[in-house]
Parts: sequence; structure tokens; C-alpha cells
Amino acid sequence: MTQAQIITDEMVAEHGLSSDEYRILCEHLGRTPNLNELGICSVMWSEHCSYKSSRIHLSKFPTSGERVICGPGENAGVIDVGDGDVVIFKMESHNHPSFIEPYQGAATGVGGIMRDVFTMGARPIALLNALRFGEPDHPKTRSLVTGVVAGIGGYGNCVGVPTVGGEVNFDPGYNGNILVNAMCVGLTRTDHIFYSAAKGVGNSILYVGARTGRDGIHGATMASTEFDDDSEAKRPTVQVGDPFTEKRLIEACLELMATGNILAIQDMGAAGLTSSSIEMADKGGVGIEIDLDRVPQRETDMTPYEMMLSESQERMLIVLKPGTETQSRQIFTKWELDVALIGKTTDTGRLVLSHKGETVCDLPIAPLCDLAPKYDRPWIETPPAPVLEYGDLPDRDAVSVLSQLMSCPDMASKRWVWEQYDRHVMGDTLFASASGSDAAIVRLHDSEKGLAMTSDCTPRYVKADPFTGGKQVVAESWRNLIASGADPIAITDCLNFGNPENPQIMGQFVRAVEGMAEACTALEFPVVSGNVSLYNETNGVAIPPTPTVGGVGLIPDLAQRAGYFGACEGDSLYLLGPTAGWLGSSLYAREIEAMRDHAPPPVDLELERKNGHFVTEAIRAGLLHAVHDLSDGGLACAAADLAIASQIGISLETHDSLPNHGWFFGEDQARYLVCLPASRLEKLQKLADKADVLLTFVGEVGGKDITLGSARMNVTELTRKWEQWLLEYMESKHANGS
Amino acid sequence: MRTAVIVFPGSNCDRDAAHALTMVTGKQPAMIWHRATEMSTVDLIVLPGGFAYGDYLRPGAMAARSPILRAVRDHADKGGLVAGICNGFQVLTESKMLPGVLMRNAGLKFICKSVELKVARADTPFSNKYDEAASIQIPVAHHDGNYFAQADELERLEGQGQVVFRYCDNPNGSLNDIAGILNEAGNVLGMMPHPERAMGQNGDQGDGQLFFKSLLDAVG
Repeated sequence: MTQAQIITDEMVAEHGLSSDEYRILCEHLGRTPNLNELGICSVMWSEHCSYKSSRIHLSKFPTSGERVICGPGENAGVIDVGDGDVVIFKMESHNHPSFIEPYQGAATGVGGIMRDVFTMGARPIALLNALRFGEPDHPKTRSLVTGVVAGIGGYGNCVGVPTVGGEVNFDPGYNGNILVNAMCVGLTRTDHIFYSAAKGVGNSILYVGARTGRDGIHGATMASTEFDDDSEAKRPTVQVGDPFTEKRLIEACLELMATGNILAIQDMGAAGLTSSSIEMADKGGVGIEIDLDRVPQRETDMTPYEMMLSESQERMLIVLKPGTETQSRQIFTKWELDVALIGKTTDTGRLVLSHKGETVCDLPIAPLCDLAPKYDRPWIETPPAPVLEYGDLPDRDAVSVLSQLMSCPDMASKRWVWEQYDRHVMGDTLFASASGSDAAIVRLHDSEKGLAMTSDCTPRYVKADPFTGGKQVVAESWRNLIASGADPIAITDCLNFGNPENPQIMGQFVRAVEGMAEACTALEFPVVSGNVSLYNETNGVAIPPTPTVGGVGLIPDLAQRAGYFGACEGDSLYLLGPTAGWLGSSLYAREIEAMRDHAPPPVDLELERKNGHFVTEAIRAGLLHAVHDLSDGGLACAAADLAIASQIGISLETHDSLPNHGWFFGEDQARYLVCLPASRLEKLQKLADKADVLLTFVGEVGGKDITLGSARMNVTELTRKWEQWLLEYMESKHANGS
Repeated sequence: MRTAVIVFPGSNCDRDAAHALTMVTGKQPAMIWHRATEMSTVDLIVLPGGFAYGDYLRPGAMAARSPILRAVRDHADKGGLVAGICNGFQVLTESKMLPGVLMRNAGLKFICKSVELKVARADTPFSNKYDEAASIQIPVAHHDGNYFAQADELERLEGQGQVVFRYCDNPNGSLNDIAGILNEAGNVLGMMPHPERAMGQNGDQGDGQLFFKSLLDAVG
């Protein structure tokens, strides 16, 4: 075996391994590794691949449930949606690459998450994305928004999967480290789910898709370190995507899956050929032999090290049933994709690589996975945030506050973004970003059933109180699904945090996970897949803790889907749930009073459950014209959404005892705004009495103005302001010197 | 009505078109792989939307040189109907079966939205079920839909009444608000908007249905 190069301490450090980790590696090998082996071990043991800082906490999530077919551990989570259909979904981060090279970083994020889903046998049917940028005035923000949005659109539009929902937020906390979280949802049949565990001995390993180039080498290691001012020099480690290849890969893989030739299949994601081959072998308890000379290569003179660590996109690894090689290859040839038999499964339990007739790597597989470091990192509790008393805040004109909030960067219409995404390809989109619904809704093809999907996180809550914030993230996702008429089923998560070696950051992570886990358990809303992105820091400044949740629910009958666009003249508005006027960490506190980091609203999970189930009942009884979950900006902003989506006036009454800011803009949880004609009130009240929920009359629909107490504003004018902010911001090229 | 949908590598509205055709005709179209050199006789060929060959070189440029195009051209030469939607329109201009070119949108960005179209001709096989001058809602989703033709070509197009659909609020910079045109013989149509996405199933008005029903009517 080649052992040309002596491994120095510097080389170990450059590979991101600690000296302890290196020592463990050497002990188990019984020798020092060569450079290829060091490279392979370093990516397998990187934070990105090994989850070494997070694993012990992730086990706190509930991951099973009546409808869960496959939870975390595979490429994506699988849930049963009845009638033989299953839905496969996952969310993943592509933060670091997107900051360095926004177009390709975001595009390959979309490509990667789609591969995770179709690898398991599902045709992707919907994409969502959660984007968090720095403050609008930061000189980089505009170009990052431009690049990321174009990259997401450029990839998803070309592949032909509708981008139906997501979030776009701005906060100075992301100035040096934006977040690009992409989610893909796919559909297949119960008997058409594919897994990654390699099977048998002597079976052929097929490499398909794009050729291997030098792009993305050490991407996983890059994604596991902090940024500094030199990070842009890391641009060569960002992969380049080709959606045309991805599209052909989807069609070819689905065609091959239909033949029954596949024993196991895995995409090459982070750490490319290394992690795909090792994970397949480890899960199947077999060894793998690869002849690297057979790997299709884009560039000349590639070394084994480069081939194994390349993160070239649009590649898959397949273990075939014996005797099916020729037929399988023909399918990929038809789709004009590179295809090569590069190796075989073995009974040695080792990863053996040969190159130009020499063995260049010979590693035991199980230890690479089993001995991957697992840390219980020290953490400290985030100190309790002070409670903001609303009595401390000045009284302000409610309508001008409303106008300010609806046109602030986080709330303003994201039309500029979603008009660049194909939202309707595949012909099954009922509600996408534009439609006035709390969740995107896509029909399960040729049926009357639909999927509701949403992406959520309120980082300002999580920052002030990670545990409560963690609960709230899950509760809001659940509410959004409920408000679209769905039965919430499960979530995927994308946990974006700073450096876990900092006990404060680790404390944010641990408590947010615990809060999420508690809410998932209480709401019977398990986690079926997810991703952890740590080291989101630049120059020692961490991002706000951002555990994004992608929720999926089932609408049993699309005729009973719900949204907030259907308010009619003369309808009554009722608020479901109690209001204490909680302003701590609210949008109001941040945007109007420039106050941050007060205690966020408490989350009462029992109340969430009760109120949510009541809303479902009211929707299915056909009582409501419109329904909207209350979140950022509270009652008044929810009413404004309703008014804008329905293009009709709304008047809200003031509260007897609460001051206007608390009543109109407080962000108490577990609340919904429901809208219905007077004729159905009695029925609704009966349901409410039976369910023991609090229903309060708050106002009426009609006219052309939005009225808060005695102050009013024209809905057309409010709509204009809401539509205008992002458009103007993106078109004003010369502002702030960028 | 017998129909066929051509599938190029990168087509992504092929199944949507097939679904719409099945809805209206009651029969599934033949799905023809672009490498085929011949096909059985049909009444209508649809060139679907998508990104054939990833839009590399220019949208439609490589697909226009696919083997199947010869069969499509033969079909059209014999008077058979051809409808190119979005990327299909781009393939038709690149193959010179329709005049003009589709350039990058004036705003340089991909645009996905529902647009209002004016039916400029309601006496064609593609539009006979619409009312003359009707306003209809059909979505667009493209990066390169900015129709351009030389002045004399444009004049001929207008003079011969070859414009079938126009944008009411031009989203992409197309000359004369052109959204869809016919060839001189009147049997080949290209349009950027997607009628197959407006079949009334997804809470839309279903204005695309009449496009396909027109064809059904024309074929008889």
C-alpha cells in the first residue's frame, strides 16, 4: 500500500481533526494513516458528517408515530399519507457555500436536498426554502439576496419541481453568515421506498450521474469551521450545480427503480464518494472495493485523495442485483449520463481503494462510523431574559404602527423573490407563496388529497429563551398547518447555530432542542429527518440561534382546505385563545421600540392542542370563510394579512382593559383569527363551548379601510406599502454604496 | 383526437401537458422520446415546456436539432397541428418553424405569475372556443419569453393576422405584446403562457381548458 507521505501535526490540524481524534484513529488502524485515509477520516469525522456535537441531544426528539415509516438516519424521513401513498421529505442547510458563492451555494443546496428525496424512491413534488440575510443596509445583503434567489430559482425551475413556500428574513445577526435552508418533499408508493444499506457480497457498484471534478473538495470540513475575513478565498471549495443533469438523474433513477434492479442506492452529498460508499457499506455490514481508475472524471490527473473528497454534484452510487448490470447501464446511457461499474461489495468490512494498480486506502469501515467522536460538550443555560412590561412602553398611533410593521423587511411582501420561482410546474399547486394561506398546499396527483407544507422559525424568541423559543418554533409550524386545513403529521428540522465549543452557544442548542422535543411530543408531531449546521459564526460573532422547522400535514379532502383570502363583506371576526398583550421579543418591540431580547411569549402546549383541534373542527364543519394563525405582529398584523389577501376592509375593536400595543400587537401564542358570516355564529359558539375554548368577538369585515379602534387606513394604500418595500430595496442599486 | 407529446431531456411540463390532454380528450397522448425518428400518425403534437438540454447554448437551440424534429416538421408540412408551449415555442422558433426569436426577459429575471391575455384571433384551431377579444388568465413561467422579430417580419406577422394571444400587461418586453403566434399556414402555434396550468383544478378560473377544447373541436 502507498505510504509515501508522512503525516505531520500540521496536516492533521488542516484536516480539522483534533490531536485526540487523530490518536484514536491511529490506535484503531494500528498504524498511521496515509494522506488518502486521513482525508477520508477527517470528512467522516467532521461535524457535518458525524454530528459529533449534536448526536447525544438529537436523541431527545420523538421520532416515531402512527404515520412514520422511516425516521432520522436515512436520507430523508418517510410518512404514510394513506391509500398506499408515502411522502418523503427533508430540510438541509447550505449556509456556508451560499455566503461564499450565493448562486451556486443556493442552487446546489436545492439540488442536494432533492437527491436526498429521490434517492429514496420519491418523485420530488415541492420545494421550500428558509432564507435569512443580514440587515438590508449591510453592503453585501442585496447581492446575496439576488444571488441566492437566482440560484434557488435557476435550479428548481430547470428541474421542474415547484418552489411553493418558505421564509425570507433580515437581521443584523446574519450579516456575516446568511442561512439558506432548503426543503424538498417527494411522493411515492409504500412498496417503492429505497434504502441505502448495501446488500450481499460480490454485487456490482454502479456510479451514475455527473463526472467527478475537483470542485467542493473539503466542503464538509469547510462547513464545520467558522468564517473569518479570508473565507472568500475558500470559493474553490463551493460546488457547481447542473440542474439539467439532476433532472436527467431523477428520471433515470426513477426508471431504474421501476425495474427492480436496485439493492441499495445513495446520493453523493457532503464528502461525496467517501461518505456515500462508507455509509452504504456500514449500514449493510459489508465491505466495499472501488477501482478509482473507473470513476468517471471531469479533469485529468486526479489523485485518489481528490476523487474521494470531491463534492461534485449530481452523482449517485447504486448496488445492483447480480446480472442486471447491462440493463441498468442502458437506462443511464439513454439519459446521456455517465455510468460506470466502479467496484463490488465484499465480506471484509473494509473500504479498499485501488488506483493505477496500487492499493491507496484500506480502512475498516465500522470504526469509521462507530468510533466517530461523540461529544457531550459543556454548555450553560442562557440567563433568564427580563420580562417586558407593556406599561413601560409609550402609547402610539396603532395604524401608523401597523403600516410600519407591515412594510418592515420581515413582514413586507416577498413578491420580488417568489415571482422568480416556478410555483406551478407539475400542475398540482393549489396555494403557493402568493395565495393567502399559512401553508403551501400541493395536491397528491390525481386525488382529492393535499399536502400542506410550511417552514418556520422565530430566532428572536430562541435567542432570548432557547427552550421557550424551541417550543414556539414547533407550535407555530403546527398552527400553520392547522390553519390551512391540514392534519399536521411530522417535521424535518434544520438546526442552525454558532460554534458548539462555546458553552453559551451549546446551551442555546441543547435547550432549543429540548424545547422542540417537548412540543413535538405534546403535539404528536415527530421529527422524521433533519440536519445540523454549526459553526455559523464570522469573526467570533454567532448567528441568532435558528432551528428552522419544516412541517408537513395532510388535507384529507382539498375541498376543506383553508386560507385567509376569503373574507367577505359583513363577516364577523373572532379571536381564538386568550390575550395577555405579550410584547417581549415581539416584532413591535424590535421594530417600533428597538427593544430586543426580552422574554418571549410563553407556550402552553395543552392550549395549542385544544385550540388547534377546535380550528380543524370548525374548518371541516364548513363554518369559516377565512382563518389565520397569529404570529409576528399579533392580532393587527393577522387582520392586515386578511384584509390584503381578501382586498377588503376590516375593523378591529379596542380592548376594555389592555392598552392598544399589547392588544393589537402582542404575540401571545396559541391564537387564531377566524372569519365567518353571522349566520354561522351560533354553530361556531356551540363548538367552542363543547371544546372549552375562548372565542372573543374582535371586529368586522367590510368597507375599504383597515380600522384599529378609531384610527383607519385604506387597504389599497396598506397593500401598496406592503408590496413596495422589497421591490424598491432590490431595485435601488446605488443605495448604501453597494 | 390522437395526440403526442415530445419528451426532450430536460422537458418538465411533458406530464402536465399529457394530463391536460387526457382531461380534455379522454385519451392519453403518446409520449415520444426525442431520439425517435418516426411516429405514428396523430392529429396534434405538443412540444412541452421545460428546459430541454438545460437551455444550454440558447433555449430550444439543441432540441431543435433533435432527431424527432424531422417527424414534427413532416407532420406540420402535411397540415398536422403543432402546439409549442413555453420551451416548446422556443424550440419552434429555433427550428424556424415559427418566425422570430425569444430573448431574455426585459427585466432579466425569471417570471412566474398569472397574466391576463387578450385573444387576438378566435378563429384558429387553437382558439376557436374563446370569444373574440376575450380576456383570459393564464400563467407564465419563463426566463426567455421576450419575443422579437425584424421589422419586416413583424409587419408580415401582424398583416397576416398570425398573432393569436397578446399580453394585456406585457411582463417580458415582447414586441407588440406578443404572447403566442401562428405560422403562415395556421397549423403551428407557439405561446409562452401555459394553458395546461390553467385547467381549473387548482382554484384557478380554468381558462386554459378552452385552448385544448378548441383543438378537440378543430380536429373533430
